Amino acid sequence: MPPPSDLAGRPAAPGLAIGPVVRPAAPVAARRSSDDPMQETDDLLTAIEMAIADLTALAVIAGDEGAAILEFQVAMLEDEALREFAITSITAGSAADAAWRQAVDVQIAGYEEGEEYFQARIADLVDLRDRVLGHLAGTAGDAPPLPGAVLVAEDLTPSRFLATDWSAGGAIALAAGSPTSHVAMLARSRGVPMVVGLGPAILDRGTEAIVDGSAGTVCLDPPAAAKDEFRRRQAAAEAMDRVVEATIREPAVTRDGVPVAVLINLADPAELDRIDPAICDGVGLVRTEFLFHGGGLPDEERQVAAYTRIVAWAHGRPVTIRTLDAGGDKPIPGLTVEGESNPFLGTRGIRLSLARPGPFRIQLRALARAAVHGPLKIMVPMVTVPAEMDAARQMLDEAVAELAAAGIPARRPPLGMMVEVPAAALAVDRFGADFLSIGSNDLTQYVTAAARDTGAVADLADPGNPAVLRLIAEVAAAGARQGIEVSLCGDMAGDPAFVPALLQAGLRSLSVAPAAIARTKATVAAVDLGA
Amino acid sequence: MTDTSASGSVLLTHEVGLHARPSVKLTKLAKAHAARIELAASEAGPWIDAKSIVKVMATKAPKGTVLHFRAAGPDAAAAVEALIGLVERDFDEAVPNAASV
Repeated sequence: MPPPSDLAGRPAAPGLAIGPVVRPAAPVAARRSSDDPMQETDDLLTAIEMAIADLTALAVIAGDEGAAILEFQVAMLEDEALREFAITSITAGSAADAAWRQAVDVQIAGYEEGEEYFQARIADLVDLRDRVLGHLAGTAGDAPPLPGAVLVAEDLTPSRFLATDWSAGGAIALAAGSPTSHVAMLARSRGVPMVVGLGPAILDRGTEAIVDGSAGTVCLDPPAAAKDEFRRRQAAAEAMDRVVEATIREPAVTRDGVPVAVLINLADPAELDRIDPAICDGVGLVRTEFLFHGGGLPDEERQVAAYTRIVAWAHGRPVTIRTLDAGGDKPIPGLTVEGESNPFLGTRGIRLSLARPGPFRIQLRALARAAVHGPLKIMVPMVTVPAEMDAARQMLDEAVAELAAAGIPARRPPLGMMVEVPAAALAVDRFGADFLSIGSNDLTQYVTAAARDTGAVADLADPGNPAVLRLIAEVAAAGARQGIEVSLCGDMAGDPAFVPALLQAGLRSLSVAPAAIARTKATVAAVDLGA
Repeated sequence: MTDTSASGSVLLTHEVGLHARPSVKLTKLAKAHAARIELAASEAGPWIDAKSIVKVMATKAPKGTVLHFRAAGPDAAAAVEALIGLVERDFDEAVPNAASV
């Protein structure tokens, strides 16, 4: 057994793993040139088409994130600019493989000078280059490595990562590489420990390795003591995972026994595929702007399908859907008003919906139809005066009546308001809302008169400003007097620095990003309200 | 059909600049238009083909760059408007818990 060796690199994906070392062979198969430029050009174009077909097939099993990465490679392969460069070399006498390698290597050289993000794209270019070379040489598709192996290489291609079976564990240890590479992103989302920048020493020797992706270290040919230490740490990490796993599904309760609802904010229903509804008490905010990203206004059926999917996912838990909040920093071409000198104080949220009632009416109809499938609630953004709530209420009642008259199943959902304009926060009892949700990001920007997208005044836009906290406490108290639910769905709900103050202010419902659920529940559990 | 020309510019606010996924979206949207469309990271050029991802990625435009578009062809104005819209919407990349509540 060779002597053990510890190597230090940079952490790229956290986690701890042990396994046999596998070094994927570089594709260096020889190819005989036909010496006929027409034939070489044909061979190259065929190899490129085969590579595109491979990547397209791989994208089907790669999941959303992996598919997006492969889509980049496909777009590069489809680009005339890359092909033309290679075909020019072939016409001048180069063989197809040499011409292709040169064409891609020119691009790689350009990326080497850029910032780390662009340097990290080199792995994608090497990936697509070698895939085409493999098809030219007829050696594409070598066997995937053993499950549970530690992959050791100079760098790793995204397509090789995606073709590897990680279900039995395993890890990645690279001599070069970058934490911002596509492979690193994939490794983090799949939970595969990964270390980069270990230097060439790792390429030469070692048959077994322990990879610590959090510390950024690799132990090659670990001695018995190192393996014992590994098993002890792995057991501790698993025990910690079980605690998080067990408590994330428990309701949040303060140390003195006060229950707090913790819900999720949702920007795109595609996120739901990765979230177990049992970890939250419902959806506190659905941003419906996602529906408008495809260009054009979504029709009623498409909206009904999107809202129904969310309600079905929540499985009986409440789902609060915010009507379109366009304008401000979220323009939608063809809908929002262009050329306003101050869009944050302009035609946004409910102001736009009432100015353009057509799309708003369609959205209200779709929401009322989806509401037959579960406890859906409608929330209106940017409300400033009671007349706006009155108008929205009247339009909702009309939509429900129309649906009933047409014999289309529908239910009239509760209609609440987002509290983000100071004029509404200070007189919230005048609006007749069925529930309140404090949008603390906009409320902070309007109370402090500091735009959240202007770096120079970012320090002023502080949600911890006592004036903001005092206003939140008043809204919570007003809601309690009226007997209606009050929640908060801005960034501060998921910030451990603010959670105690929000609970002290009287809030018992917080809506946070899905990734902040565990942290928020843990923060709540440490608060003592003296109840 | 009459050929027209159009131009416009927009501030790139995406955190890591004009990187892989935004470039895919930008070139796809450009290819959906008939007009010849060019892009530059400076008004003085160099102008590059906005339908070529190889060339768009090679600009390596970081956050804070003002991207300039110019187009010539039957749908030039719509093309420039659509591309500017895409950049303004930060390439439709939903950021969970972004400052939009």
